[in-house]
Amino acid sequence: MNIPKKWVGRGVALVTGGSAIATVVLVLVVIGIVVQGGWGHLTRDFLLGSPEQGMTKGGIFPAIFGTFLLVTLMSLAGVPVGTITAIYLNEYVGQQSKAGRAIRFAVNTLAGIPAIVFGLFGLGFFINFVGGGADKVLYGGALHWGQPNILWASLTMALLTLPVVIVSVEEAIKTVPRELREGSLALGATRLETIWKVVLPQSMTGILTGAILAISRGAGEVAPILFTGAAYFLPNLPDGLTDQFMELGYHIYIMSTQSVDVEATKPIQFATTLVLLILTFTLNFSAIFLRWHLRGRALR
Amino acid sequence: MKRRIRIGEFLIEKGIATVAFASLGAIVLIFLFVFREAMPIFAMAPESLSGGHESISATGAATVGVSASYGDPVGEAESYGDPVGEPETYGDPPADTSRSGSPAAIDPAAPTTPPTPSTTGEPAGSVLSQILSGNWQPVGDHPKFGILPLVAGSIKVALIAILIAAPVGVFAALFTSTFAPRWAKEAMKPIIEIMAGIPSVVIGFFALTILASLVQTVFGLDYRLNALVGGIAMSMAVIPLIYTLSEDSLSAVPKHFTEGSLALGAPLWETNLRVVLPAAIPGIFAGVLLGLGRAIGETMIVLMATGNAALLSPSLVEPVRTVSASIGAEMAEVVFGDPHYVMLFVLGSLLFCISFALNAVAEIFIRQRLMAKFGGAS
Repeated sequence: MNIPKKWVGRGVALVTGGSAIATVVLVLVVIGIVVQGGWGHLTRDFLLGSPEQGMTKGGIFPAIFGTFLLVTLMSLAGVPVGTITAIYLNEYVGQQSKAGRAIRFAVNTLAGIPAIVFGLFGLGFFINFVGGGADKVLYGGALHWGQPNILWASLTMALLTLPVVIVSVEEAIKTVPRELREGSLALGATRLETIWKVVLPQSMTGILTGAILAISRGAGEVAPILFTGAAYFLPNLPDGLTDQFMELGYHIYIMSTQSVDVEATKPIQFATTLVLLILTFTLNFSAIFLRWHLRGRALR
Repeated sequence: MKRRIRIGEFLIEKGIATVAFASLGAIVLIFLFVFREAMPIFAMAPESLSGGHESISATGAATVGVSASYGDPVGEAESYGDPVGEPETYGDPPADTSRSGSPAAIDPAAPTTPPTPSTTGEPAGSVLSQILSGNWQPVGDHPKFGILPLVAGSIKVALIAILIAAPVGVFAALFTSTFAPRWAKEAMKPIIEIMAGIPSVVIGFFALTILASLVQTVFGLDYRLNALVGGIAMSMAVIPLIYTLSEDSLSAVPKHFTEGSLALGAPLWETNLRVVLPAAIPGIFAGVLLGLGRAIGETMIVLMATGNAALLSPSLVEPVRTVSASIGAEMAEVVFGDPHYVMLFVLGSLLFCISFALNAVAEIFIRQRLMAKFGGAS
């Protein structure tokens, strides 16, 4: 133990500081490489065109459109359910009640299940059970709903992003001052009226944040849609709930692993990745901003 | 008038309660349906798993196409077929029940790679010994569904990821919450959020195109895509999780711990390392466990960066195929109700159980930390 303590102290600071800096550098390097590789290819034609010549040329509009459709349907299904759950957890049941704890446990578990298992669930439940069942009843067994499509993919994704919505909305509801609720109740409003006219309007920012974070997560996840609706290539845009769709993340996966010419399509891959990164970052930053806004209100 | 509103409200409130239980219902449904599809495994005759089953699909070749272009060594599986080196795999749920079957039962299923008719005639033993064999060759005339190589692959990648992510995440959190000035901590937050927001498919793409070549050059490896590349890439997905939970935990350590230690004359680094860090260990451990769960369950990164060859070998620089990647790559090709389909759901159930168990344990640690915090405050 001849090493002077001063040097050990510096070593500790260096190692811990180095880890922090390495993390920051890693993030910047990944982003930098993607931006550098994709920026040049990011043209109007690329964003608004369709893949051509066996996906070696052309744009990615169908994938952007598919992603948009996916997250829209997903939000329509997931955000109301998440919001209602958050309201129930905060306004109707206490922290320690059995129902509240059971639901919280379920939400935590849901957040921890791997995305690919959601995909399996989508296949087993939505496609085979619900879809297959509907086909048997409505179409006499003809394949209509019992196959991968955008509705099942969206519902699977809604389930995956449900915890994100619930956590965000809860955070917002908690910042609504107790006095406002009590004032409303004292004026003779019922609990439901208080929620509808006082709590919900005050929590709009949080609901929006939750929706944005869920969309960001949903746009980035590929595993749940691998076999619940995403398609390699489609000549037409989806025009119904039973259609399959192209998606940005899935497009990146396909182009970089199973393309006919992986090297030649490198610019397309990078540019697609860049589009997905820009999309998720924009969403994340708006969520960060909104949350910051919300915290400011909580402090006032 | 007033009463009618009340009845309406009563119904709406019941509706709210019903919807709120949707997530609970979802968990039950996920459990039921993933396991339901995996159930036939117990009713299945061993022969249907070991061979004699008709070829699953012509497109099955596309499944391994990912790795094929990088020199897929699937055909050499038997030369690495040493199932003894992976004792951890026995800890997994399905394996527990079969402990009675000695490890020797694993060997018979890994004889020859081009499956010969003799495989069919061989006494197959129980379904479980088939599952625990060392060959995963789901496509072909005589498919084999030994999950050991996949489990070993998942463990390899997850361990590499944790070995990188845990020190980096914890040290970075220790730095920002103790040594660094306040602005550094505030500046780190958005960076970590950005990192957590990078979609896994983007990390996979980065690993596939940039990291793989870099690692190959630096270490002089034979295979471009391997467990090491997958593990390094995976650590990028796990660092934000470990950092966030460690940071929370470190920040929750009461200030008077630090002040007391400093007042006793301990230097800052010793205070941080020997007082603050130990006090935050439960939360940090929870973070590492959740990170492990994430690393085992994550699909896209391993699907793109590990080479996807179901090898059973102790080497960390050979291609591996993980449990999650197998589901992701093969599920789109299988026929509904087929043994292969059932096996993939068995793998899914395995992932579900592992992540469920890790989450439950992590939850206990987090709660313990909270108790300690409130106990300390009072």
